Amino acid sequence: MIEHLPVILITVPILSALLILLLGWHDRRFCYPITLATILFQFVGGIALLIEVMRQGTIHYHIGGWAPPLGIEFVIDTFNGYILPIILFLAVAAAVYARRSVENEIEPEKIVSFYVLFQLLVTGLVGMTITGDIFNLYVFLEISSIAAYTLIASTRRPRACVAALNYLILGSIAGGFVLLGIGNLYVATGTLNMADIARLLPASYGLATVHTAFLLLVIGFSIKVALFPLHLWLPDAYTEAPSAVTVLISTVMAKVSVYAMFRVVFSVFTTAYFVETVPVTELILLIAAVAIVAGAVLAIAQDDLKRMLAYSSVSQIGYIVFALGVANQVALEGGLLHILGHAVMKGCLFMVAGVIIYRLGTSRFSDLKGVAATMPVTCATFALAGASMIGVPPTIGFASKYYLVMGALEAGYWVYAAVLLAGSLLAVGYIWRFIEVAYFSASSHHEDGGDHCPAPAVREAPLSMLVPMVVLGFLCLLLGIFVEPIMEIVSPAVSLLLGGA
Amino acid sequence: MVDATGLLPAVTVVTPLLAAVMILVSGRHENIRDGFTVAAAVAMLGSVVAMLPSILAGERIAVSLIPLLPGGDLALRVDAFGMVFALTAAVLWLLNSFYSIGYMRSLKEHAQTRFFFCLAVAIASAIGIAFSANLVTLLVFYEILTIITYPLVVHVETPEAMAAGRKYLAYLLIGGVFLLAAVVLTYILTGTTGFAPGGFLAGSAPPLTLQILFILFMVGFVKAAWMPLHGWLPAAMVAPTPVSAFLHAVAVVTAGVFGIVRIAGWVYGMDLLASLGLGTLLAVIASFTIITASLFALTEDNLKRRLAYSTVSQLSYILLGVSMLSIAGMTGAMAHIPIHAFLKITLFFVAGAVIVAAGRERISDMKGIGRKMPVTAVMFSGAAIGICGLPPFSGLISKVYLAFGAVEGGVPILLLVLVASTVLNAAYFFPIIHTMLVASPDDERSLDSVSEPPLLMLVPIILTTVASVLIFFYPAVPFMDLVEIAIGEITGSVIP
Repeated sequence: MIEHLPVILITVPILSALLILLLGWHDRRFCYPITLATILFQFVGGIALLIEVMRQGTIHYHIGGWAPPLGIEFVIDTFNGYILPIILFLAVAAAVYARRSVENEIEPEKIVSFYVLFQLLVTGLVGMTITGDIFNLYVFLEISSIAAYTLIASTRRPRACVAALNYLILGSIAGGFVLLGIGNLYVATGTLNMADIARLLPASYGLATVHTAFLLLVIGFSIKVALFPLHLWLPDAYTEAPSAVTVLISTVMAKVSVYAMFRVVFSVFTTAYFVETVPVTELILLIAAVAIVAGAVLAIAQDDLKRMLAYSSVSQIGYIVFALGVANQVALEGGLLHILGHAVMKGCLFMVAGVIIYRLGTSRFSDLKGVAATMPVTCATFALAGASMIGVPPTIGFASKYYLVMGALEAGYWVYAAVLLAGSLLAVGYIWRFIEVAYFSASSHHEDGGDHCPAPAVREAPLSMLVPMVVLGFLCLLLGIFVEPIMEIVSPAVSLLLGGA
Repeated sequence: MVDATGLLPAVTVVTPLLAAVMILVSGRHENIRDGFTVAAAVAMLGSVVAMLPSILAGERIAVSLIPLLPGGDLALRVDAFGMVFALTAAVLWLLNSFYSIGYMRSLKEHAQTRFFFCLAVAIASAIGIAFSANLVTLLVFYEILTIITYPLVVHVETPEAMAAGRKYLAYLLIGGVFLLAAVVLTYILTGTTGFAPGGFLAGSAPPLTLQILFILFMVGFVKAAWMPLHGWLPAAMVAPTPVSAFLHAVAVVTAGVFGIVRIAGWVYGMDLLASLGLGTLLAVIASFTIITASLFALTEDNLKRRLAYSTVSQLSYILLGVSMLSIAGMTGAMAHIPIHAFLKITLFFVAGAVIVAAGRERISDMKGIGRKMPVTAVMFSGAAIGICGLPPFSGLISKVYLAFGAVEGGVPILLLVLVASTVLNAAYFFPIIHTMLVASPDDERSLDSVSEPPLLMLVPIILTTVASVLIFFYPAVPFMDLVEIAIGEITGSVIP
């Protein structure tokens, strides 16, 4: 049974998506428990796979018993073994958070389809993570993308439809790039299995076909991860989507896209290709540095919390791609750590934004003055996750920043290390916007020492929204303090990527 | 017994953190809440004092808590120099706690729970800095200290305070980034960041790299408020007075100069600094700061701001001592940390007492205030005389060592700086003493409502002044003994 786990992680959720549809037709209340149970099951499965990989090495699973290159293969190694539990944990958090948030933001008759799509999105992303076949990767990419477009458009606001359409167009262009790239690789090597391509590709490193494929794939994935200046779909999509969906796409989906980019660049093309044959690392580094600074500056310029966080994502993605540009052990350890760290802290921050919207109906800074007095837990959580975003020790954000700077300095990129550090200071600029508004505005009423507030007009959000938010907030701190056990998974994963296996 | 002692450093850091949590929980009952503040201060002082005998016996207490990052675990190591800082901070925090409670209640300040929570976390970070075993741990606590003192600085939440808070954050966080770069670079060069007596950088890189690295460290320790990177400190004067006392004496600026001395003695080593010519650089920065800040102090009419510039000037005494790269100079530098802290906290306590009792912040409004607040004004005069370096106050001790250091280090020109500074100190302090004690008020009745501050504030003022006198008469107990051990460590001479 356990050896079939990889495929079960895909098939069971697809069946459960159908089940949600059928039972939801009968009674809406069935939808949520099934979704939550399925994603929890996937999370447990993800953990089990990670343990198995750490114990016995890479797992190869041939679907239907058909061996590659004919059949489709699922491959779980330390890299995606590390990514899988992260994204599924955040999916669980998002699912717990979703229930009340969805009731508030989505028309009751759309709730059934919401959970079906939610389930399909998660499943598509899991598929992208574990597949060892590059065409299969594209298929799962499209499944998850289509689910995402629809979910973004699911709120009552008309602007959401525009945002979704915008994303649909750019996402389809990205998909087109990726598909063309895969086609070129197929022409060059005659196979679609990633390991096979990596094995056959060195013979044709000189071919224009291969260069074109590399370019197409990198551009395609750059759109999907929203690497500046290909990020234009992101701010609207993150801002207009329902809160739970924003949490899901900003953490799980963004991280899986990054994973796919790393996987293709390192495991299909290998460092031998993109460091030596076509030296693009300097260029990638430059773009990443621009992304870090530009994203942060744009974030500072926003006057809406959710939109500010969206631009912050553009900046933070820059950090991860920065690691790809430096491409040494230490920097990539930092990059992989930041995949985890950024998922946790940005998930937490978007949950805060969602909670505030839930209670106040808006996330514009001008309407949030003194909100810390009425929602102390929410704002304290923001402060904690925000500190991690800035990289204040001992949070997880500090650990990844430390590794990235160290990697850059080791590689001799002094200027880029400085840019990275400057980027972290810019993060202070946007995180502090909210801190000042929430804590230090319009609450000048003096108290008699006991902090007796006037009866608050708004209260904290429901527990099912607060708990996942607070858990993620504390994780920012705990993961930063107990970073050593994580590095024991990250280090071999990075060695694997650099080894080009 | 050995195990218990091994845990004490961690206990010292964790105690105020636990208190911070309890302060949050009990925020609605102010007596219970403030009880936790005092209890934690007493417990922390107790555990610091409990470590004192073994440190005085020349031992070091080390404990590694968590493997953190390449370059250093989260590890604590108590040595004599760390003890100097920790003991100063622990004693002054206890006094400052009583004083804060008195001050905040008298003025019915808002958000007191936030205030005491932040103070508790800040003191934990200060102790963490004192006990850091390596640069990574030091960096962690240093950054926490920056963030957690921000709510204290902007406590009054006026636009002016918010602007000051931004300035404070900008300076200190940019500094923190430089420090991070310096720590990472140190690790890349040497493969370690653990403090070693006499330094560990020698021969690890070309001189130019080490010089640049030192500048990174200097900018990193911007909390030392050396000029021209001092702007945040006078700006932060908008904070409530207990915070100013905390910034100036207990923790923040002390953490900055502590860091620089730590780097000089335990990362670079005096020989390496001398061969890199960095002593001269430090001497120039320190002399410039001492003189210029004193001149700025002369022009300030706001008492707290004048004291702030006095701090900027006095902190550079410590840098000056380091720059001499001689045993006497280093001794003077280390000794000046507790000596200045005890004197300056008295002055800030008095400034706060005048605000509470008379509502006055400008020196020109304080004419004849000593008639109504005689004890307070006399204590102020004493501490001010002490800062000038006159007996019978502790300030004389460090000044004498610094003078010896200048001669021993072969830079007698620095004696001129010391003399000039003493004259300037007198020039900006004696008029205040005159105003308070001698001058007669413009309007006799304006002082009618003025009286001594509440006992919770007055007693700490008296105690810190008395302590400064006691340090003068009994310098060895325990500060000079600790300094002697620390000097023995970094210069390699055997501990007598």
